[in-house]
Amino acid sequence: MDFVSENADLFVDAFLATLGLSLLAGLLALVLGTLLAAMRVSPVPPLRGLATFYVETFRNTPLTVVFFFLIFGLPQIDFVIGFFSGAVLSVGLYTAAFVCEAVRSGINAVAAGQAEAARALGLTFGQSLREVVLPQAFRTVVPPLGNVLIAMVKNTSIAAGFSVSELSSLLPRLVNADAGDLTLVLVGVVVGYMVITLPSALAVNRIERRVAILR
Amino acid sequence: MTSRTAGEPLVRLSAVDKWFGELHVLQDIDLSIDRGEVVVVIGPSGSGKSTLCRTVNRLEPIDSGEITIDGQRLPDEGRELARLRADVGMVFQSFNLFAHKTVLENVTLGPVKVRKQPKGDAERRARELLDRVGVGSQADKYPAQLSGGQQQRVAIARALAMDPKVMLFDEPTSALDPEMINEVLDVMTALARDGMTMVVVTHEMGFARRAANRVVFMDGGRIVESATPETFFTRPQSDRAKDFLAKILTH
Repeated sequence: MDFVSENADLFVDAFLATLGLSLLAGLLALVLGTLLAAMRVSPVPPLRGLATFYVETFRNTPLTVVFFFLIFGLPQIDFVIGFFSGAVLSVGLYTAAFVCEAVRSGINAVAAGQAEAARALGLTFGQSLREVVLPQAFRTVVPPLGNVLIAMVKNTSIAAGFSVSELSSLLPRLVNADAGDLTLVLVGVVVGYMVITLPSALAVNRIERRVAILR
Repeated sequence: MTSRTAGEPLVRLSAVDKWFGELHVLQDIDLSIDRGEVVVVIGPSGSGKSTLCRTVNRLEPIDSGEITIDGQRLPDEGRELARLRADVGMVFQSFNLFAHKTVLENVTLGPVKVRKQPKGDAERRARELLDRVGVGSQADKYPAQLSGGQQQRVAIARALAMDPKVMLFDEPTSALDPEMINEVLDVMTALARDGMTMVVVTHEMGFARRAANRVVFMDGGRIVESATPETFFTRPQSDRAKDFLAKILTH
């Protein structure tokens, strides 16, 4: 078991990097994705166009290319960001496109009469979205949003290719160091991801039950 | 606030036209509604009566013509329009109570968010209004826990909480079971008696006779007749209205 004790620190650091990356990118994706969804349903055509352009750009670009662009492309125009921040931005901006579409499908699932009643009361577009439409939309998007976020946690593994010492980066490093313990390293890495994704999945289920609404 | 001459209509539609694609749903509509007047709009389905009702607070935009409320032209979009809508109560066929909010929250949302009333004041007023429409004991329930008739009465209380200048009713009883229609009509009749300005799209001829000052009969996107209930129901002028009344009043 020397192998495990020798590399415990490395493993913990990598796990924390993946966790931090997931939390920060997840937060960015949720906030930006919701904002984009609001733009896509807004009555202002330029906002709709901008958000649609964003979503189609990021949704149809491989995440690795987004990483390349932010970490190696931006320095070309003298905008240098660190590897970790670059990874947070890449994963967050990319996932925001998927969050946007999940939230938008939820908004579309809210009966049109709800927004009409809100507008008829004199609520502004923003108020009716905040007070009436989004709270109901989020209830229906909890399951798909859970999927998006779990996929995002796993997508953070691409950061391994961009010098971020997160969980997946352990694989080549530790396997090269001691090829005999390949299985142990693999299991360790998989468990590391599951420690993040499984509780998220459970949390999603609980939230789903809590917010379920009578219609 | 500018003072207005007493004779000026509260709601005025002039030369209003609207198309749904190829369909000319509102054709050259002129209609004035005075303060305290109760106007009942009837007509066959597809005649444009609901659309007419929904143009008054611009839930349906119009293609040409002009609509004014209390002398003010309906703004196109944005905050100005929201401010004007706050003065126009609306009751929908399908109630449209906010499903994620309690009955009380449904009634206080507008006063708190739009009128910026303190929450306590808004709740006190909301409970009064809920009592007035007979659902005071349901204040802490969610809409789905109420019957259709109760939900529609909550919707009326929600609109009244904004102290509207005029109330629009878009087929308020059409989605209700027969035994619940009267509890809603009773509330509306009481409102009319209290002097509320009302535009009511309905198929309830009994309500029209009892509460309306004027009946407007629409067909094919036009206003065909406009008369007192007495005149309209006993001596309709147009063949179309005679035909319509013959069909609905025979049983």
